[in-house]
Parts: sequence; C-alpha cells; structure tokens
Amino acid sequence: MEKHFTDSRVKGVSTGTTILAAVFDRGVVIGSDSRASIGGEYVSSKTINKVIQVHDRIFCCMAGSLADAQAVTKTAKFQLSFHSIQMESPPLVISAASVLKQLCYNNKEELQAGFITAGWDKKKGPQVYVVSLGGMMISQPVTIGGSGSTYIYGYVDAKYKVNMTREECLQFATNALALAMGRDNVSGGVANLVVITEAGVEHIVIPGDKLPRFNDE
Amino acid sequence: MLGEAEPQWISEEVKTGTTIIAIEFNGGVVLGSDSRVSAGDSVVNRVMNKLSPLHDKIYCALSGSAADAQTIAEMVNYQLDVHSLEIDEDPQVRSAATLVKNISYKYKEELSAHLIVAGWDRRDGGQVFATLGGLLTRQPFAIGGSGSSYVYGFVDAEYRRGMTKEECQKFVVNTLALAMNRDGSSGGVAYIVTIDEHSTDEKVILGNDLPTFFDQ
Repeated sequence: MEKHFTDSRVKGVSTGTTILAAVFDRGVVIGSDSRASIGGEYVSSKTINKVIQVHDRIFCCMAGSLADAQAVTKTAKFQLSFHSIQMESPPLVISAASVLKQLCYNNKEELQAGFITAGWDKKKGPQVYVVSLGGMMISQPVTIGGSGSTYIYGYVDAKYKVNMTREECLQFATNALALAMGRDNVSGGVANLVVITEAGVEHIVIPGDKLPRFNDE
Repeated sequence: MLGEAEPQWISEEVKTGTTIIAIEFNGGVVLGSDSRVSAGDSVVNRVMNKLSPLHDKIYCALSGSAADAQTIAEMVNYQLDVHSLEIDEDPQVRSAATLVKNISYKYKEELSAHLIVAGWDRRDGGQVFATLGGLLTRQPFAIGGSGSSYVYGFVDAEYRRGMTKEECQKFVVNTLALAMNRDGSSGGVAYIVTIDEHSTDEKVILGNDLPTFFDQ
C-alpha cells in the first residue's frame, strides 16, 4: 500500500491543513481551510483562522503544530512592526519571511511549524515565500502546504499559469482548496482567502456548501 | 573506506513505488503506468512495464511490492486461462477482478500489493475494477500507487463522464506525467494500453515526449 507522510505525529493540536498562495499579474492570493484537529480524530475547531496578518500588505499561513505556529507568528508580527518603524517604511515581504525563517531555523529542535508568506511591496511587487520545517526559505510563484497539499500537487502543476488575472487566480485557489478538502480528512470547514494588491487587502470567506463541486459529489 | 554502507538494493525490499491509472470510455478502457522500480533509494529498473496481461482483452496494473504484484498477476493469469477453457469463451473482466480480489483478500496480511484490473468484454464493454485491500469495486476510473496521492486533486477536477478514447488517453498521459514529476518513486517512461472491441494497443511514451508544466 502506498505510504504517505502526514503531520499526524505533531504534538498536541495540529492544524492538519491545506494552505496555499499564488502570484497573479497584479497581486497575490493566499488561502487556507479552517479545520483544527487532534490526532486526526477530533475536530477541535471548525472555523479556525490560519491566515494571519503580520503587516498591512503581508499575510502568512501556518501549518503544523498550532501552538508553535501561533507563537512564532506573534513574535514575527512584533519584530516586523519594530523593524518597520526603524526603517520608516513598510517592510518588504522578504523581510517578513526572513523573520519567520530566523525563528524556525534557530529553534528547529523545538518547533514543528511551517509557513507560507505572501504579500505585496513596492520593491518587487507581489511575492510568495515558503519557510519549511527546518528553516529553509525560498521564493516561488505558487506554493502549497499542509497535509492536504499532497493531493493537489498534480492539480496545481497542471493549472497554475503565470500572469493570471485576479478572477482566474481566485478560481484556481478556490478549486485547489476544495479539491484538497475533499480528499484530506484533516482539512475542511470554510475556505479563507485573502487577495493582496497594491491597492489593498480583501478577505473572502467561502462556506463549505458554496465551494465548487466536482464529478464525484 | 571504513564503515561504508552497502547499496540499498542489497537489503531493501523491491517495490514498484509507482503511479497506475485505468479509465473506462464507451467501448473500452485505457490503462497507464510509469516504469520505475525502486529498492530503497536505488532505482533497480527504470523501464519496467507494470501493465500485465491477464487475458487477451483484460490487463492489470501493478503497484506495491514488485514480487507480490507479479505473483498475483501470474496466478490469476493461470486461473483465468483454466476458467476460460471451462466456460469455452472469453472471460469477463469482473471474473478476472474477482480472482485478483480473492487472492488479495485471503492473503491481505502477508501481501502488500494493489492491482487495478481493467478490460473489455462483450457483456458489459469497458470496465475498471479496484481491488485495494481485498475489496472489489467497479469505478469509472481508478488510480493507485505512491504517486497517486499527488494527483487526486487533478483527476477529481478533470474527469468528466463520456470522454472519448482520445480524451481518455490524454487524461492518462497528463495524470502520469504530473505524478511522475512529484513522486520520487515514480518515473521513467509511460506505458499506455488501450483495449477495445477490435484491438489491444500497447504504447510507450518516452520521458522527453511527456507533457511538461509551468515550472519545467
């Protein structure tokens, strides 16, 4: 039988999750599901928010141990606002990602959390960075994470195109989340999406019954 | 050098890792597989055809432990030959799938292989059966193997009822290419078998002829 790794050995409450972020022509979409579970057997929250704002135009999504992820993002938010005051300008997306990376790398023995950081800044426009479990940080046009992401690698590889419009990217992200939530039992609930552009930030919540349905449903 | 570890193919079990898929269309089926066989981190065969004939118009796709899967396929091939002589006509796909299921279920603790059975018969046309863990279920399409995890989303989104033979072949090739790109245990070339009333057609698609995606 095929074996696939889930983060079900994570201590305590795990976000067992699906998170993603994708760049489109003028901005970036970042999104996640809303389920938090303990050991894959009990859903401890159906409506948890995994998309955290760390600055005006920078958001991050967390995966792994919920406690670790919340602690890290709170610390990062503080450090970033201090940095932004010192620099007297909004922080770069790469700075936000680097702060998370430093925290993950320096505490890699104790922490079990990974992040996707997405946002817009004046220097490089829309960007997506992924900080993985041990503290590696890389930039990608589209990235997925969490236990549910395994099932949508094929879909994302096939359907993502560079320079999509906002509507195409939203549809792509919604479909990807819906497909992952349909196959992964520790992802579910509502789809939380945030669209970040130079103009501003827009939150979109799609409840479970309004998600796109596919042939087997 | 002192303390050098031996290559893994000496001690590790040989698995077909794999991505396999079978889909039915009106009048037949298309089966597809990759060609990688691994023992731990080593690739011991990069051109293995995992689509194994059980009868003229019935094939099975192998995944899991290479030895277990091949043995099941050989046993069922023999049992199906005997059965078709007894009934004096070509066997049904459901019969072949039932024979596979019987072995998978009876020895489920000892075996670790999953076979997808697909073919064409006169009675019900093209059919695909999944036999994972010893169950028997007919499905419009089935995917299996370690690489299948990565393409559940893709097949859920892209499958439509009533696809033509050519659309099914394209669907199979795209799915295999996507899975082979992401799964370390799948790779090599793609084998495609198309079975319908008139013929059984085997095809190989070499690595550089496979479809590519946005990051390649």
